Amino acid sequence: MQPAITLATEYGKAVEIAASDDQSPLAIRELTVSYGEKPALFSVDTVIPAQSMTAIVGPNGAGKSTLLKAALGIVPRLSGNVQVFGEPVEEMQDKIAYVPQRASVDWDFPARVLDVVMMGLYPQLGLLGFIKPSQKKHVMECLERVGMAEFAERQIGQLSGGQQQRVFLARALAQNADLYLLDEPFAGVDAATEKAIIAVLQSLKENGRTVVCVHHDLATVADYFDHLLLVNIRKIADGPISEVFTSENLQATYGGRLASTHIDQLKLPAS
Amino acid sequence: MLDGILSAFFLQSGYNATLVTIGACLLGIAAGTSGTFLFLRKRALISDAVAHATLPGVAIAFIIMVFFGGDGRNLVGLLLGSAISSLIGLLAVGWITKYTRLAEDAAIGAVLSVFFGAGIVLLTVIQSMSSGRQAGLEGFLLGSTAGMLFQDAVTIAIGGVIAVLAVFTLRRPMTLAAFDPEYATSTGQNVYRTDLATMGLVMAVTVIGLKIVGLILIVAMLIIPAVTARFWSERAEHVVILAGLFGGAAGYIGSAISASAPDLPTGPIIVLVSFALFCVSLFFAPERGIFSALLRHRRFQLLVHRRQGLLAIAHGERIYDPLTLSTLRKAGFLRADGVATDSGAAQASKTLRDERRWKVARGIYQDDAVSNLYDGLTPIEAVLTRDQIAEIDRHIPVAKQVDGDR
Repeated sequence: MQPAITLATEYGKAVEIAASDDQSPLAIRELTVSYGEKPALFSVDTVIPAQSMTAIVGPNGAGKSTLLKAALGIVPRLSGNVQVFGEPVEEMQDKIAYVPQRASVDWDFPARVLDVVMMGLYPQLGLLGFIKPSQKKHVMECLERVGMAEFAERQIGQLSGGQQQRVFLARALAQNADLYLLDEPFAGVDAATEKAIIAVLQSLKENGRTVVCVHHDLATVADYFDHLLLVNIRKIADGPISEVFTSENLQATYGGRLASTHIDQLKLPAS
Repeated sequence: MLDGILSAFFLQSGYNATLVTIGACLLGIAAGTSGTFLFLRKRALISDAVAHATLPGVAIAFIIMVFFGGDGRNLVGLLLGSAISSLIGLLAVGWITKYTRLAEDAAIGAVLSVFFGAGIVLLTVIQSMSSGRQAGLEGFLLGSTAGMLFQDAVTIAIGGVIAVLAVFTLRRPMTLAAFDPEYATSTGQNVYRTDLATMGLVMAVTVIGLKIVGLILIVAMLIIPAVTARFWSERAEHVVILAGLFGGAAGYIGSAISASAPDLPTGPIIVLVSFALFCVSLFFAPERGIFSALLRHRRFQLLVHRRQGLLAIAHGERIYDPLTLSTLRKAGFLRADGVATDSGAAQASKTLRDERRWKVARGIYQDDAVSNLYDGLTPIEAVLTRDQIAEIDRHIPVAKQVDGDR
């Protein structure tokens, strides 16, 4: 058994991290991010268990997407550190696949579905590597898994919202990563796409991968996920769904924005 | 005139014209390919700031070289000076965007005008210097190819080849940064550095192009070929290649035309040729061109009218829309007095059956790819197999009953 590591923080509070957390797919410590002078996230600590399906849940503007982006270095961190499988995230980027929000790109870009999924192979292709037949086959398999193989030659601007989301998922699959970070994968997609995506994510989990989703639909949280992180600028709670998905925690996360009648309608496993 | 153009086209118009033609062609290829990534990154305007920011560098380099007793017109020295000052301009745009609340377009406007103004003032100063009268630095504004030397052509050729090789090497990171910079960052790519490399390329092309097209028009060589190429392809790598071809062709043809007659300025003619290629593409490109879009829209409109008309016949409704009437008459579905012909009646009942089948199909395949294909026009046979249609037909009598119940 390795000794526990003690990290001193600038607030004088000592954070003990058990040795087992050391190998967590994603361990975030004292993460603070701000846009201008206003913190978007304040001192968030969380450890995502391996082979879990984790939902990050919170109201609009709570910093859910920012949490993923800061973990990946897309937005700068004001303080804190992020470790992936026990190493600094900057050294582990080949183990991570990120699925950004669909609306974050211009879909009139000159590219076919195939070209976008191929982007998942860019890190392994390098600058001058040519695309091998086996790599093209891998890309087609990834499209097959999200049910988009027949659209491979289609221009991306012609896709529906749900199809665009599936193409982004296929690109992440092409990376063959161990940790999948998805930003609102179910936002504005049709029911068939939602089913297809959740099936792919579940198969990832069964194959030993870890999945983290920013999620906005409280009604499906308990059905889709087994681990939960509630944030609203600060971390409200984290842990297994069965312990954390309670009406008290939801009240604390959403404040008055979530009517208690709404909470009553949710299937809360813990209550 | 035509003879002149033809002989210039086949590089038979004398030594200087040949140098200019080859140089302009290479410059066009380099500018077209590197400008494409600027265009795809939606930062086309920044090339204008880069270009205008070269002027004070040219002037200062001239002054320094004269001050140390050298030849103020040494091209390599002037280009070095222009590169340094455009780099400063570029950094200024970056700095303003990052540390103030101004957006990039405002920063570009500010840097462009201030640097250009400073450059013009310095040119006036040079005019008043004893050795300044013959400096000919105004040539850098709109390009001047009259006295182009062999080593000038070599400078452009080497720069152009390096730029094309750099584009080839950086094509993947630059494509990814243009399409999805956040995702690029998540894979460990340094997008900031990729952008710097793109800017560096644009700066290099601008600097080597100063002699031929000048700093005011170089933007056209960077951007117009990319915009032109976009009409012809839906794949980034093809857009890049096509932009190189369009740029090279504009450079070659433009300088050939300008060599055919005295006093035709090379740079502006190249830009006009480039614009001509753009216009042809704008109107005649197969998918994205204006005529193709109009044609597609018209064909679609007629299809809609035909379908609506046939359904109206099937339901025994009167048709008032003149376009619907003429469409049906032309197809032989309607007589001149507005009564349906036999073939019209047959087609109408077929259309009605198709519509009913679709209604059932959309009920069965809810939330499925099939329902997404329903546009009111596609015949169901094009989407479903015969077995599936047979299955649907079993539902139709029921559907009819429901209609009747209402």
